[in-house]
Amino acid sequence: MTDAQVIVGLEVHCQLDTQSKLFCGCSTDYRSDGPNTHVCPVCLGLPGSMPVLNKKAIEYAMRVAKALNCSVTDEAEFSRKNYFYPDLDKAYQITQYDKPLAKGGYVEIEADEGSGGKCVQITRIHVEEDPGRLVHMGNAERGRYSLVDYNRAGIPLIEIVSEPDMRSPKEARKFLNKLRATLEYLGVFDSEKEGSLRVDANISIAGSERVEVKNISSYKGVEKALTFEVTRQKNLLRRGRTVKRETRHFLEARGITQSARSKEQEHDYRYFPEPDLRPVNVQSWVAGIVLPELPDARRERFMAQYGCSANHARTLTGELRLANFYEHVVASGQKGLFTLAATWIADTLIGELNYRNMTIDTVQAAPFKKLLEHIQGDECTDKSGVEVLRVMLDTIKQGLPYETPLAILDRLNLRKVSVNITRPFAYGITLKSGVEPNPIMKALSEVLTEQPRAVEDFRKGKKEAFNFLIGHVMKKTRGRADPKELNRLLVEALKNREA
Amino acid sequence: MAAHETVFNPDDRYNAFLTVCRKAPHSDGKLAGIAVAVKDNISTQGIETTCASKILKGYIPPYDAHVVDLLKQSGAAIAGKTNMDEFGMGTTTENSAFGPTLNPCDTTRVPGGSSGGSAAAIAAGMVRMALGTDTGGSIRCPAAFCGIVGLKPTYGRVSRYGLIAYANSLEQIGPMAGTVSDVSLLMQVIAGYDRRDSTSYNKPYTHTPNPDIKGLTIGIPQEYFGAGVDPRVAEVTKRAIFRLEELGATALPCSIPSMEYALAAYYVTCTSEASSNLARFDGVRYGPAADTKKSWHDAYREVRRAGFGAEVRRRIMLGTFALSSGYYGKYYAKAQIARENVKKDFARIFSEVDVIAGPTMPTIAFKLGEKSDPLSMYLADILTVPVNLANIPAISVPCGKVDGMPVGLQIMGKPFEDERVVDVAFAYEQVAA
Repeated sequence: MTDAQVIVGLEVHCQLDTQSKLFCGCSTDYRSDGPNTHVCPVCLGLPGSMPVLNKKAIEYAMRVAKALNCSVTDEAEFSRKNYFYPDLDKAYQITQYDKPLAKGGYVEIEADEGSGGKCVQITRIHVEEDPGRLVHMGNAERGRYSLVDYNRAGIPLIEIVSEPDMRSPKEARKFLNKLRATLEYLGVFDSEKEGSLRVDANISIAGSERVEVKNISSYKGVEKALTFEVTRQKNLLRRGRTVKRETRHFLEARGITQSARSKEQEHDYRYFPEPDLRPVNVQSWVAGIVLPELPDARRERFMAQYGCSANHARTLTGELRLANFYEHVVASGQKGLFTLAATWIADTLIGELNYRNMTIDTVQAAPFKKLLEHIQGDECTDKSGVEVLRVMLDTIKQGLPYETPLAILDRLNLRKVSVNITRPFAYGITLKSGVEPNPIMKALSEVLTEQPRAVEDFRKGKKEAFNFLIGHVMKKTRGRADPKELNRLLVEALKNREA
Repeated sequence: MAAHETVFNPDDRYNAFLTVCRKAPHSDGKLAGIAVAVKDNISTQGIETTCASKILKGYIPPYDAHVVDLLKQSGAAIAGKTNMDEFGMGTTTENSAFGPTLNPCDTTRVPGGSSGGSAAAIAAGMVRMALGTDTGGSIRCPAAFCGIVGLKPTYGRVSRYGLIAYANSLEQIGPMAGTVSDVSLLMQVIAGYDRRDSTSYNKPYTHTPNPDIKGLTIGIPQEYFGAGVDPRVAEVTKRAIFRLEELGATALPCSIPSMEYALAAYYVTCTSEASSNLARFDGVRYGPAADTKKSWHDAYREVRRAGFGAEVRRRIMLGTFALSSGYYGKYYAKAQIARENVKKDFARIFSEVDVIAGPTMPTIAFKLGEKSDPLSMYLADILTVPVNLANIPAISVPCGKVDGMPVGLQIMGKPFEDERVVDVAFAYEQVAA
């Protein structure tokens, strides 16, 4: 059963990053404000209020449709999806049903295990309003209750539905990442905003019933939820049981999915056309929409213009902010900086940021560029560079005053130390008292004394012993030694020893 | 704005008002100081608005409907909120949760509905004019039964913003008054574009009634004088049309075959929309509060069962059924086809005539409690609903009496020719007076 084909399709809901809500003038910038402060008769669903369509939201959605190669409908119509829930103030959601904005596109992603690119087909794209939000209060002893906040009610959402074209949780993650990047490049989505993304996933093992997993609200969560489902479903089949067609909820904190109560699955949404809105002739808009450079094009450009490797280019362009950061750093820089910056951002900076749970927009390009220039100018080693970078990031995170990379280098005494003696061992390694010893020379001589076995091993032809000794010198000098120079010095010192 | 105050102290023996504003502020303008009654399904800031339903008892809107804004700007004094069938669902005003309104012409009879309170307030002389709403005849029916004038404007001509929706695609707010001139005056104030209502058109109404109807052609649909119509009502109406001919108009027979399905199409459409519109009344945000000790599901059920009257519950259930998966195609979708056919019939007739005329209601006002089964009540709407299905304008003007009770002449016009139906009604009013 382990080779059974996994089949995944996604329904992705993203908040469109408009200034005002989908059907009223209320601001969408509600996250730092108190509950029910961004509301009006329309988004509260007060009796008698009527929706007025925010054209910007439609334009944003059409950008997405165009970027995902969809065909846009002639007339987009809104419908009501009727269901009762306390966060839904009108007891219906204005959404699109049988006449969605766009249909039939595709997204290119990299397939698993380097088998080249593949297309994930897009079934449809439509626009709808977000419901409000329930906040659960109280506890089991003193009673539980829920409060409802309608600030979110009426925020425009775009729903992007894919065909079941993905073959693993990892591919689903890649699809989602690609989608996020595209939406951000289009300037219609801000993935950093809390709760701006929600995903429902359909997953099945070929030949079995499919399961819908609802309620996934993070990029990592999608892969986690799907991985859990693959294991769960495969285990069922292995034990000779069948997979039940059902809806399950993803419990992010526990990393598991749980069967939804059967009541929740029996919805009949009674869709019908929203009588308070006229159909929108969207076809006439499509031609006027000019798309910006999208991730694939930018990746190609990074390879051509900056000589980035395919991997670096993909990583750097995979996020709009990261790509912008890179281009800020290399702007008006020399050619040598292009590769150095790509390596440092893609291989080091991202990891350090993730470790600190920081985002790229907290980092300034200029100081980072300065740091790279110090590395490039041989003022510090790669290893010291990492140390400086860590200090820089910690400083930002803790909100401490800014310190230049050079100041940090000096403060931590991490400037590259040079021996500046052409043939030090010609004079032996005995040190005269009263003379401040060169720290590298000092460390080297100490290591040679402290590690006689390694010296002996090297003499016997064990090449690994050399690296072992280098490592110890580096440790003593806290990485300040230039590895190339140190190599040369050690070779000479060992030669001297033998002599 | 509110520079003046009108003291309003009506002798409301007919239960026409649900709320009376005894001291009504007003400003200067076209309607300066005129007390205007507003049907209780139109939102009024700071004044309780219940739709004559227990489920909205205590609801005080935080905003004014667009038409109320306009009334205030033109100097009108809001006299109060008038009784109606709960959420507009009825033809007699007996479906009010706060007791029926009586017909001032005969207090043993209903005033018609659903804008019965507005019509009775005018007929009894309590106010000069009032706002009503017309979903399937709710302005024209009580106008006919109480012997006053009521206009259902072309769909989109008057903003619905602030009108608590019953059936969005059918209903319009419209003017009611004792005379055609006053109806026209009130229409001047309330018509026009409102960006908050996406279905509104930029067609202001600046007309003053003109009684010259020489050369006008009037279509007389046979269905309006056939089975189900009281022959005495038909006779009074025919005589009124004859008066119009004497004024230089030409009457031509015509037929609206789609009327066979009009009533069914109307009731499927309005109940479907109502089932969705009324779903928001759950006790969470306004109205009598839901019991928070219960699960939300149970609390909703109890609030709605206790808060809605029998007719409203019936229509919610009918509409819910009509929209259910598996039945949508059979009912809602079919109703829309029938609705298109009604529109086509009107378009065809209007290619040959200027207006269509007939009785507003098939009978005179019923006795209170006379119509007890819903189906016979629904049948009384047969002559008014085609206009709503076709989104066209229609006016009801008194044209005589049967058994001492008023009969209404209904003039229907082409879309956006509200001015023309007003003129014809005005012409008749001049000779009848």
